[in-house]
Amino acid sequence: MRIGLTVNGQKRETDAAPMKRLLDVLREDLRLTGTKEGCGEGECGACSVIIDGEVVNSCLVPVCQADQSTILTVEGLAENDRLSWLQQCFLECGGAQCGICTPGMLIAAKTILDSDACGSRSAIREGIAGNLCRCTGYTKIIDAIERAVIQNR
Amino acid sequence: MISDIKVHTATHLDDAYSWLAEYGDKGKVLAGGTDLMVYLNAKSFIAPAYLDIWRLNELRFVREDGDFIVLGAMSTYTDIIESPVIRQYAPILVDAAKTVGAAQIQNRGTIGGNIVNASPAGDTLPVFAVFDAELEIGSSRGTRTVPFNEFYTGYRKTVLKPDELLLSVRLNKKNFLNHQSFRKVGTRRAQAISKVVIAINSTTQSGKIDSIKIGIGSVAPTVIRASKTESFLLDQTINQASLSEASKLLKDDISPIDDIRSTARYRTTVASNILRRILMNLAEESR
Repeated sequence: MRIGLTVNGQKRETDAAPMKRLLDVLREDLRLTGTKEGCGEGECGACSVIIDGEVVNSCLVPVCQADQSTILTVEGLAENDRLSWLQQCFLECGGAQCGICTPGMLIAAKTILDSDACGSRSAIREGIAGNLCRCTGYTKIIDAIERAVIQNR
Repeated sequence: MISDIKVHTATHLDDAYSWLAEYGDKGKVLAGGTDLMVYLNAKSFIAPAYLDIWRLNELRFVREDGDFIVLGAMSTYTDIIESPVIRQYAPILVDAAKTVGAAQIQNRGTIGGNIVNASPAGDTLPVFAVFDAELEIGSSRGTRTVPFNEFYTGYRKTVLKPDELLLSVRLNKKNFLNHQSFRKVGTRRAQAISKVVIAINSTTQSGKIDSIKIGIGSVAPTVIRASKTESFLLDQTINQASLSEASKLLKDDISPIDDIRSTARYRTTVASNILRRILMNLAEESR
């Protein structure tokens, strides 16, 4: 089927089987390989993207359900080749190690920044509860998001 | 092959009904996809045709309707968590919705999907059991209402006919009792499938249990009501003796198994401990 998406502010069109995962359409058809596949069953959050303002696991969304929607992937965070403030905080706080969880973490963190949530460490933990990281022990990721939230105010 | 799968996107209810009448049990209804896509990705279950109802907005609402709170089957867990009406009347439904996965799943998963997927571990199911929810079911033949507690006929089996669609869940306000408790035990707080999940809906009068409904998941082929324990507890004062008897009876009500997530023995012990703890809180609160 013909699929139309607005990805990171750009209108994109492609042909895809309706049950093809949004994750695969992003990576294979649109060549946006920043979004990673971890588990492929909605446990790890590595494939997180934002559809129409809501964070989702793109491995669990058939592309037919995303047709005509607005999508933000990790590639859409930086502006004009300059890292966003959130990405800068991850960099400065050591919030990224091996990097597999990082795109999903950044996307989940983005929804925390965009929400009215208070930005306490426990609210941040809740916001990234659907994202697994096997390197950092989470502390530095939470430090990074907390720093971004404080600066955002 | 995934590329061979046909998908029909339902634009309105009658359109969905005619698809169901044509495809029946050869097709599968796709709501938020949080269960079906897992089967598809694992290639453990692939239906040849899907009816996509994600954008069937007629089924996405939470509203007060006289004596009832009505939730459209396509309400997501996030819709429930954010609903002031549900927070006011049915706080344990909010508690249950918050334990499902994490934000990514809560934004896509629907209560209709949780109910029809018919897993004994469905997190919202014990809550619907203790509220004696009614399910409104529709097809091109008309609509009917089925009590939630009669919906499941066995492990992953329901009374839903191949041409039928779950439309809404109706909760009668008179079934919202003063004391509502919910507890899920999983491996971790987020992203876990329950080992035991319990909802209790009760009232007390002059220190005695006036009314009590106990719903439990992950301890039997379907979600169950602990009916022996419930009948014993009626008119009882909560003390050491009644607590011991209740946890003994609870073991008769449930039939847990050993599986990948837990053991029967662990589930039995934990179910009994949670029951005790909730009842002790109830005694404390009603003093």
